[in-house]
Amino acid sequence: MGGQPAGALDLSQHDFALWEKRVDALMIIGSARGHFTVDGLRRALEDMGEDAFETMTYYERWIAAINQNLVEAGVYTLEELGLRMAEIQARGDTYGEAANG
Amino acid sequence: MPHDHHDHLSPSGHPFRADDDVPLSYWQCMEIAIRELLIDKGETTAAEIASQIDAMDSRSPANGAAVVARAWVDPRFRAQLLENAADATREMGFDIGPLNLIAVENTADVHNVIVCTLCSCYPRNLLGLPPDWYKSRAYRSRVVKSPRAVLREFGLDLPETTTVRVHDSTADMRYIVLPARPAGTERLSESELAALVTRDSMIGTGIPLSAG
Repeated sequence: MGGQPAGALDLSQHDFALWEKRVDALMIIGSARGHFTVDGLRRALEDMGEDAFETMTYYERWIAAINQNLVEAGVYTLEELGLRMAEIQARGDTYGEAANG
Repeated sequence: MPHDHHDHLSPSGHPFRADDDVPLSYWQCMEIAIRELLIDKGETTAAEIASQIDAMDSRSPANGAAVVARAWVDPRFRAQLLENAADATREMGFDIGPLNLIAVENTADVHNVIVCTLCSCYPRNLLGLPPDWYKSRAYRSRVVKSPRAVLREFGLDLPETTTVRVHDSTADMRYIVLPARPAGTERLSESELAALVTRDSMIGTGIPLSAG
């Protein structure tokens, strides 16, 4: 996106939420385990299309990219992921409840 | 229970982000699922994830500031830093990982700025996690095209005679700016000097504080 038109800078800062820090940690750990490289993550981000950069937050894009790479690496299947996500949704309505802390 | 944080600031003075108190999102759910699957499969442990987060929280621009102050007082270290910033900072005891790190030096005539137009590559081992604006579309799009205007939005108005160099980071090549030592700091100790080195001065969107 370098060089493209864009608006004024927003210099405000938010505190990183726990789930965002966990995404960051999963990125480092998955990469250290050799399941993907930064280039692999980058490819997944590019594949999401330009819309993703407008509609998803930074760590939402990252978890999606990590997921794609882990599935491709055969660490788990999409079916396993789907089942687990359904299970997690059934635990509660907020992040804290669903994550069991 | 959702809490109402809208009128509250966190202990660090930043607003809580909406993500903290809204119902579980699809992507948060995916994060939990991936984390649990990786733990179940023996790829990682809850303790390893927690310790990664601790390490992340413990890194701050103070690390980079210590490096800059050392370079200001020690010409030999400065030369090493400009030659190979990764090795030089490792020798100072910082874990900077396997990546290449290049220090670019501001002088009387040249001002350097770093960006990652692709995403968010940042010297995080020396500065902590990147600020939100560093990852923003506005910064990444515009700083390569009209750096002077962007720097003015940070309150930094450079003379026309100063050459501005913008360095675009990549996945395995990161930059840190070695800002120019402020005038009138000859008598300051290394730690007093480090206190003048701001995060933005190492990104290039600012300059160090002045002495006194």
